[in-house]
Amino acid sequence: MITRYQIAYKNLLRKKARTLLTIIGITLSSWVLVSLLGFNQGYERALNRDIENMGYQIMVMAKGCPYEAATMMLQGGTGLRYIEKSMVGSILKEPEIDQATPILMQAFFDPNKGENGGIAGYFGVDPATYPSMKPFFRFRQGEWFHDDSADEAVMGFEAAELEQREVGDMIFVPEKNVKLKVVGILERTGTQDDGTIFVPLKTLQKVSGIDMITTIGIKVKKDADIVELENKLYKLPDVQVVSLSQVKQTIMKLISTARIMVLSVAIIAILIAMVGVINTILMSVLERIQEIGILKTMGAMPGDIFSLVWTETLILCACGGVAGIGFAIGFASATDFLVRIILPYAPAGGLVVIDVSLAMLTMGIILLVGLMSGLYPAWKAGRVRPLESIRR
Amino acid sequence: MENSAMFLEARGLSRVYRRGSEDIHALHEVSFSIQRGEFVSFMGPSGSGKTTLVNLLGCLDNPTSGELDLAGRKIFGNGNVLSERDLTRIRREIFGYVFQNFYLIPTLTVLENVALPFAFYRKPGARLEEVRRLLAMLGMERRMDHLPAQISGGEMQRVAIARALVNRPEILLADEPTGNLDTTRSAEIGEILQHLNRNEGLTIIMVSHNPNLARLGGRLIEMRDGKVFK
Ligand SMILES: Nc1ncnc2c1ncn2[C@@H]1O[C@H](COP(=O)(O)OP(=O)(O)OP(=O)(O)O)[C@@H](O)[C@H]1O
Ligand SMILES: [Mg+2]
Repeated sequence: MITRYQIAYKNLLRKKARTLLTIIGITLSSWVLVSLLGFNQGYERALNRDIENMGYQIMVMAKGCPYEAATMMLQGGTGLRYIEKSMVGSILKEPEIDQATPILMQAFFDPNKGENGGIAGYFGVDPATYPSMKPFFRFRQGEWFHDDSADEAVMGFEAAELEQREVGDMIFVPEKNVKLKVVGILERTGTQDDGTIFVPLKTLQKVSGIDMITTIGIKVKKDADIVELENKLYKLPDVQVVSLSQVKQTIMKLISTARIMVLSVAIIAILIAMVGVINTILMSVLERIQEIGILKTMGAMPGDIFSLVWTETLILCACGGVAGIGFAIGFASATDFLVRIILPYAPAGGLVVIDVSLAMLTMGIILLVGLMSGLYPAWKAGRVRPLESIRR
Repeated sequence: MENSAMFLEARGLSRVYRRGSEDIHALHEVSFSIQRGEFVSFMGPSGSGKTTLVNLLGCLDNPTSGELDLAGRKIFGNGNVLSERDLTRIRREIFGYVFQNFYLIPTLTVLENVALPFAFYRKPGARLEEVRRLLAMLGMERRMDHLPAQISGGEMQRVAIARALVNRPEILLADEPTGNLDTTRSAEIGEILQHLNRNEGLTIIMVSHNPNLARLGGRLIEMRDGKVFK
């Protein structure tokens, strides 16, 4: 006719405002917690995806600041020191290498871009080797260049969208007074390639008057020893070798401060929620000393009362935990946006990834913390003696 | 077989409360016995030790000294102090309690309040139907789904009585059950107790300031200064 669970939840309904506030506290902390954990795993995944989508694992470029090189790789910035194209041939002799492709990065100032003009980034790529390194590229319109020195361009999704370009349009390379015909527009990849304009290497060399290249992208054979290869490449004169695993480590180091900050916030949120739970349950126990005493005259053992109060804690935490996880999933894109603002470097794609196992982990943590918070009030309630309740 | 005359036997029960450095002798070497099926009322001035005594008989408290036998079992004696657990086990087998304040759970309906003991303990043989039967017997069948705030004081005490009886106790212990009720309601509660004693064979131990109520029982015990007078 009545179960302990019913007694517990009906008691929580007694002080609705207080119960609601406590649940809100738990909701917020589980929201923060699951978002943080989701970010922890999502960020690394997104970074890995970004790096995988580069198509190559090692880059060789002219000596310069390694951080500059790292950002250049991922954001398509310009380092603008050059190496000889012939180096590709000598590098290809290393047995660990599957493919190598020469790249020339160039940036031209376009006075018509935006309000005050802007930089337009061009990638000179080798039509023979570059496309096969990016087998995941899909064309929205058109295709790759027709020959290796054609005055043609392939635009990344965003680059095309920004300038409202279609296949067949002519684009004007600023500073150089050269026109290129758009022959292909790529689908969105979710990477930095989306903002890039690709041009045949020879064409870009002709346009810019530079006979050299900026970068060599190297794809390593499956199961080859990358470290061994890196060591050999380090011996080449006047170049630096950037491996993407190093880049990843550098970036992870850069964001570790941000991760620790968010983690502290989550811990503080949980502590606050914990204090809230202890306060709520303890208050409700103290208010009910007489009722608890009367339950004991009915034959309730200390353990029965303990579990009754613990059940109340559990209900609060389960409600708050589920709500928090729900909000976290519902507002994941908003969290994504916030995280991007505070981070020094954010890869493309979803940064906050909340899956089932993560939701379960969070729920487990919340319930554990909740049960710990309920320990003292429940123990105190279990020790109430019936005499205390009937003494007027 | 135990002699039924020895159903409850108190020998030299004493209770001393310690308040700071002061000792309060609330109960002085009280001895008497109660038979199965008796309706015993305790009367006496305020502070004479009635509640103290009834709490000891009901195993709600340990005596400072003295012995108590219940239904053939030695409960207190030889100075051994029973733990809250042991006391609970004895209480739930033998007693039902009714107090001056009804202590109904405000969030539960009348029906749920009466069924409440079953959420913690169900004596072998105690049946769920007992809840409805008792409520009907006490004239509360129309009020089963009401909350305590929606019924009168007299009705609340009936609910409390029903709650005390669902586990079929051997003894009903009532400390001033009508202390919060007017004369008419008190008389009604008195009739109910008398009915339970006569028709259901329930042993009742009651404390009351109300002489009309106290006289309902077959036996009246006077108390003064922590001692009993027949
Ligand atoms: N917990 C306690 N601590 C200290 N003294 C107590 C305690 N309980 C009762 N007393 C004292 O013991 C004496 C007997 O109290 P008791 O409650 O048994 O009296 P009573 O006969 O029930 O009185 P009343 O008719 O007012 O209920 C009183 O002097 C009271 O002050
Ligand atoms: Mg009293």
